[in-house]
Amino acid sequence: MKTIIRPAITLFVLLSIVTGVIYPLAVTGIAKTLFPSAASGSVLEKDGKPIGSTLIGQNFTGPQYFWGRPSATSPYPNNAAASGGSNQGPLNPALADAVKARIAALKAADPSNSKAVPIDLVTASASGLDPHISPAAAEYQIERVAKVRHLAPKQIRQLVLQHTEGRQFRIFGEPRVNVLALNLALDALH
Amino acid sequence: MSHHAWTLLGVYFLALLLLVKPLGLYIAHVMEGRLSFASGLEAALYRVCGIKKDEEMGWLNYALALLFFNLLGVLAVYALQRLQLWLPLNPQQMASVSPDSSFNTAISFVTNTNWQGYSGESTMSYLTQMLGLAVQNFLSAATGIVVVIALIRGFVRHTAATIGNVWVDLTRVTLYLLLPLALLFAVFLVSQGVIQNFDAYKDVTTVEATQYDTPKLDAAGQPLKDEKGNAVTEPATTQTQSLPMGSVASQEAIKMLGTNGGGFFNANSAHPFENPTPLTNFLQMLSIFLIPGALCITFGRMAGDPRQGWTIFAAMSIIFLVFAVGAMTFEQQGNPLLTSLGVDSTLGNMEGKETRFGIADSGLFATITTLASCGAVNAMHDSFTPLGGLIPLASMQLGEVVFGGVGSGLYGMLVFAIMAVFIAGLMIGRTPEYLGKKIGAFEMKMVSIAILVTPLLVLAGTAVAVMTEAGRAGIANPGAHGFSEILYALTSAANNNGSAFAGLSANTPFYNVLLAVAMWFGRFGVIVPVLALAGALAAKKRIAVTSGTLPTHGPLFVGLLIGVVLLVGLLNYVPALALGSMVEHLVLWK
Repeated sequence: MKTIIRPAITLFVLLSIVTGVIYPLAVTGIAKTLFPSAASGSVLEKDGKPIGSTLIGQNFTGPQYFWGRPSATSPYPNNAAASGGSNQGPLNPALADAVKARIAALKAADPSNSKAVPIDLVTASASGLDPHISPAAAEYQIERVAKVRHLAPKQIRQLVLQHTEGRQFRIFGEPRVNVLALNLALDALH
Repeated sequence: MSHHAWTLLGVYFLALLLLVKPLGLYIAHVMEGRLSFASGLEAALYRVCGIKKDEEMGWLNYALALLFFNLLGVLAVYALQRLQLWLPLNPQQMASVSPDSSFNTAISFVTNTNWQGYSGESTMSYLTQMLGLAVQNFLSAATGIVVVIALIRGFVRHTAATIGNVWVDLTRVTLYLLLPLALLFAVFLVSQGVIQNFDAYKDVTTVEATQYDTPKLDAAGQPLKDEKGNAVTEPATTQTQSLPMGSVASQEAIKMLGTNGGGFFNANSAHPFENPTPLTNFLQMLSIFLIPGALCITFGRMAGDPRQGWTIFAAMSIIFLVFAVGAMTFEQQGNPLLTSLGVDSTLGNMEGKETRFGIADSGLFATITTLASCGAVNAMHDSFTPLGGLIPLASMQLGEVVFGGVGSGLYGMLVFAIMAVFIAGLMIGRTPEYLGKKIGAFEMKMVSIAILVTPLLVLAGTAVAVMTEAGRAGIANPGAHGFSEILYALTSAANNNGSAFAGLSANTPFYNVLLAVAMWFGRFGVIVPVLALAGALAAKKRIAVTSGTLPTHGPLFVGLLIGVVLLVGLLNYVPALALGSMVEHLVLWK
């Protein structure tokens, strides 16, 4: 047993230093040199003040803005310090109730819209911080945003197209629209 | 399944196929000590530690040393959590973690399970994450790999008393394999947007203010309740978003490569700071299967017959492809209850999924992460359709042998291969043999223990949890799904996966202790018999191949192996799956 104890303890300590101190510090050094913005959270600034991250979704409820994915974080939606999903199972009555309430809110903001609601607009994302919606979910909201802002739907649609990303290399992921970037561009129109 | 999903699956498998051979041969080089680019560092480590690198160990010493080494890991991770408030790199002033949660997390990360009862961004200091959890991401991965290397040596050697030097094996795996791969991958992840810093959380002022209800507190700070017992709330407003920070990329890289799966944040690989783009998602999926797949090739190389490695790889691949198609198909069907509310379900079952990943990338990820004992998630499995959620459950229940954890997947599969030659031997009345070694009574005892220990832990543990008040209190979803949440937790813990039907409130003393027991014995209750098997095989004489030897390569053996894995691995669980996922499916689609 004595032949085991010394190598075990010393090797554990040394490998901990290599993998737990030197390695993360090396990655931090390289990251901050090569990709300083990405390494510190891809933060957006307006007038010198941080207003969000392109990667982290914000909560939008005003009719003049595009709304993002519902968020199940607690105690308020899109709480970046408490990521997570609803974890509601498909048969959970709470899920159907939540979806009904979200549909009602969308209809109340835009009573003349009779199209079926795209599913990503009424279901909570996995992280609670999803920055994107599907192009269909953006299309669903164009008329409303245009009406409230007294702009032509065509102009809004143009803006949405500019903020739509396709599949990466045509293979990976799904087409999507970054909601925060789109809304900031909308505000910049005026 | 959509055209896109087929393309994704095809590209994924092709990429894996291209990478496993070079990496597998590289690992063989490393483990046979033929690589020397870090030999200076290696020699220095051995000198300080008093390790004589040519002094080999018998299986018992190898096992004892490995157990002791892992025990040190438990102590270190436990201590870091209990003391973190007084240690540096804690800008958010995270309180020290409770004893039961610290115990559970320590066992969890040491056993390569990475089950998480806590929520990373509100519990763990940066020091605990990097010096406690991330270190175990490396060392638990190395532990799995050295065990399978020792088992392979058992097949390769004959009339030998030793199976290698555990210190040398651990050092080489860490320095030559895990560290360089992790460094490369971490830098790539940052380039895509994964964060890497030690800053305090960054408060930003959001575009719109958010109104919400918050529980009203009385003078003593306790939540107020009305006469019906409901919590009283008051409206509140916030226009601040607190962006979490941390050394995420360095931890994320090894979390995937070492099939650990413990997220820096609560949302794990669904969090945009852990997995920001579809490309990072693809490479995360690839990095899960990379080392487990490559080890098949390492096995063939070290055994002196590459066909043996490719046979194992083929059996794993077939099961993987079938399961992946299943998960992607079931999730694409969507939820009929939501469709009937007037929702356009073209995109599939999007509850608990991220827009940038959608159904194909989430279904594929879920299959890979559960087959491979990784347990990272990019979608919430709890919100999957009943059959979509059955795939991850069944994937784990196969015993994490389809690619499986790094090292643990292959030693699990080799145990099944011995079971397969044993069953074939019984059918034709010959003494079973595998790779020139006769399989005797002792070997079959070890194989049986290794195969039976996890189903025993899962089924007995689930029974205990559903029969006790403390166990049932954690359930979040009503009906059959609630049972599945408990079954999933025990399955995940005992098979060292770590993913969850995360609605279950598992950060309680009851679940923290029950799951820690399942994780520990699910890990070392397999490793010890596998090392005993390695020792017994190494001591045997090699026998010549005759016309009566069952060839353990080629399509016939692939079929036999798949049959044994499905029958022995899955049959234990069919009644439990019927009570949960299958009942739920019939109710949902009635």
